[in-house]
Amino acid sequence: MNWHSPSEFFAMGGYALYVWGSVIACLVCVVVEPLLVRQRRRTVLSLLRRQRVAEQIEREEQAA
Amino acid sequence: MMTKVNWFKYSSPATFYPLAGQAMPIFAALAAVLCVAGLWVGFFVAPTDAQQGEGYRIIFLHVPTSWMSMFIYLVMAFWSAMGLVFNTRLSGMMAAALAPTGAMFAALSLITGSFWGKPMWGTWWVWDARLTSELILFFLYLGYLGLHAAIDDPRRADKACAVLALVGAVNIPIIYYSVQWWNTLHQGASVSVTRSPSMAHTMLIGMLLMALAAWMYSIAVALSRVRAIILERERRTDWVAELKEVAA
Repeated sequence: MNWHSPSEFFAMGGYALYVWGSVIACLVCVVVEPLLVRQRRRTVLSLLRRQRVAEQIEREEQAA
Repeated sequence: MMTKVNWFKYSSPATFYPLAGQAMPIFAALAAVLCVAGLWVGFFVAPTDAQQGEGYRIIFLHVPTSWMSMFIYLVMAFWSAMGLVFNTRLSGMMAAALAPTGAMFAALSLITGSFWGKPMWGTWWVWDARLTSELILFFLYLGYLGLHAAIDDPRRADKACAVLALVGAVNIPIIYYSVQWWNTLHQGASVSVTRSPSMAHTMLIGMLLMALAAWMYSIAVALSRVRAIILERERRTDWVAELKEVAA
């Protein structure tokens, strides 16, 4: 084990800004990117559902 | 009896869509496990570096993101070539699904590199061969995304972007060999196929775990994105209309 206390761990031997800056940048990216992809999927799915409903109404009107 | 696998079957979006949906959670889970293991080894097992103290630990993020940014570009170029040669629809979708993730890793490579350069070299940025060629890679990704967004017909966009991806692939060996070809501040390769690695075993293991995690993450997120792209482009087809997530 490298660290004797949590504060020593967070201090990173004086390189805290650089090490944690890198960690946070990566963390933000790998959290945000999947959320954006999920948003994209939701958008297209809601479009598809609306399209389906519209087609159904059209069919019913033609039948009537 | 030898049964011949028809690989073109999987190039049909209708076949690939459910397959990608099944595979995605496996890769996502592997990414999470490998990332935790890699960070554990990197921050708790790997020893302090003799020259760079604890600052060197940026390596566990910098090297995997840099490798990934280059590798994704090569995979994109591969799918682009497949699309141009076989004219398969899925190839262009795959390339388009990889580009944002590649751009993200290129950006992270530059950001973590900056965070490493400042304490070790005394500067956030230098116009040296390695850094500049990686910045060009980032711009190539942005160019790819911009070009794709600018052409309305997705099939034509795929073709134009495929040419860009293939021409841009020339930059990858330039990045990789830049530390040998030019005098640069950037250190040489930490890992090489021909000689034994110039670092402690635990450092190497941590780095490889993180690199694998980056791979699994990229596969998982690219599969998710390609599924969204398939739905967008195939929205007028019957098979999409009959999907249970659409019918619900």
